[in-house]
Amino acid sequence: MTKKNAWVASLAAPMAMAMLLLFSGSPNLTASDQPAAIAAVKIDNFSFGPQALTIPVGTTVTWTNRDDIPHTAVSTDGVFKSKVMDTDEKFSYTFTKAGTYSYYCTIHPKMTGQVVVQ
Amino acid sequence: MTAKKSDFIDQKMQDLNNDGVDRRGFLKCMAWAGTGLVWTLSGGIPVSQAFAKGIGQHAGKTGDFSFVQISDSHMGFNKPANPDVIVTLQAAVDKINALPNQPEFLLHTGDISHLSRPEQFDNVDQILKSASAKDVFFVPGEHDVLDDNGKQYLERYGKSAQGAGWYSFDHKGVHFIGLVNVMNLKAGGLGSLGGEQLEWMEKDVKHLRHSTPIVVFAHIPLWSVYPEWGWGTDDSAQALAYLRKFGSVTVLNGHIHQNMQKVEGKVTFHTAMSTAFPQPQPGKADSPGPMKVPAEQLRTLLGITDVNYVRNPHSLAVIDSSLG
Repeated sequence: MTKKNAWVASLAAPMAMAMLLLFSGSPNLTASDQPAAIAAVKIDNFSFGPQALTIPVGTTVTWTNRDDIPHTAVSTDGVFKSKVMDTDEKFSYTFTKAGTYSYYCTIHPKMTGQVVVQ
Repeated sequence: MTAKKSDFIDQKMQDLNNDGVDRRGFLKCMAWAGTGLVWTLSGGIPVSQAFAKGIGQHAGKTGDFSFVQISDSHMGFNKPANPDVIVTLQAAVDKINALPNQPEFLLHTGDISHLSRPEQFDNVDQILKSASAKDVFFVPGEHDVLDDNGKQYLERYGKSAQGAGWYSFDHKGVHFIGLVNVMNLKAGGLGSLGGEQLEWMEKDVKHLRHSTPIVVFAHIPLWSVYPEWGWGTDDSAQALAYLRKFGSVTVLNGHIHQNMQKVEGKVTFHTAMSTAFPQPQPGKADSPGPMKVPAEQLRTLLGITDVNYVRNPHSLAVIDSSLG
């Protein structure tokens, strides 16, 4: 490495860090002041818990399968559709419109649930 | 015979009696043969007592031909209920190969794989190649049609089948019908055959003689075992109505990972054990999930079903054998 290149390199690292700080976004630069709303549905013993969930618009719901058997969470009117979740796998969906969303496990259709978005 | 097995017989008897099922002429003999329970069934045509006794005494040695049902191999499952489903499927094949009366083919009543992954199907195919019987007839379980609406299953096993994979074939005078009841399941519902398949089935059996013995096989029970856990098929009554004219109907299912038997008129319903893991008896647990039992008990709850057919009189003897 030449002397000139060494100088560039010594400047480059702090500059890169400064750039990262600038673009990673301070609270003042984010689009919304609201923290993202989240909610969880656990799948245990072939049932969704809670079976009925009420959330505000904009909430992201995460389903987690805690059974030894795979499950899905699929809305009956096709709004959302998870892939098959094996044990401990998750699926998330953000509800952007108010309404009542019924869903079920397409593998075990006796498993049904509901998300009410207000 | 262990105390547990003895209880199982009593319970079956109890269930039959409680159901108020008329079993005159249909259930002639029950006996233990090796590790298995022998049911001698006459589908509508009375079985002679001598024949029934014969089966009890020489189970597996008579019959114009026999075939074996295996089910629910769940290849890829690796949870505590059975960390090694490869070994138990191989044990099932070894059991088949050791049968005194070699089966002419195998039926696999679904849940071949646990997660519909190609390597899981490949593993099952590889293990089944070591079976002495070379022909294997499949129907899909819900675990075989995940995420792709059954496309891969059809490519592998259903090239000559109809619709979602249903078909029929004849073997030495017996008409076999493989049905698919794991597709397009409706929220809150049970297994489903669907209108297209029912229409096909009606045509399929229309021109058969009433004396033709019928064997129907499908994954989810075609009788109402325990709807609370989804153990039944919403439109199975329609399918069974098409079979009403036949003197002998045997319905073989899987899905519930345990033996259950019911005789209703001329129809005998039977479910097979899994080769992978047991499930609890209906309502005896919080859910139908895999049942963890002490390691030394596992193989007593897994197994195969050997079916012997005798042409005269048309009779099928269904023999369940556990792996251990």
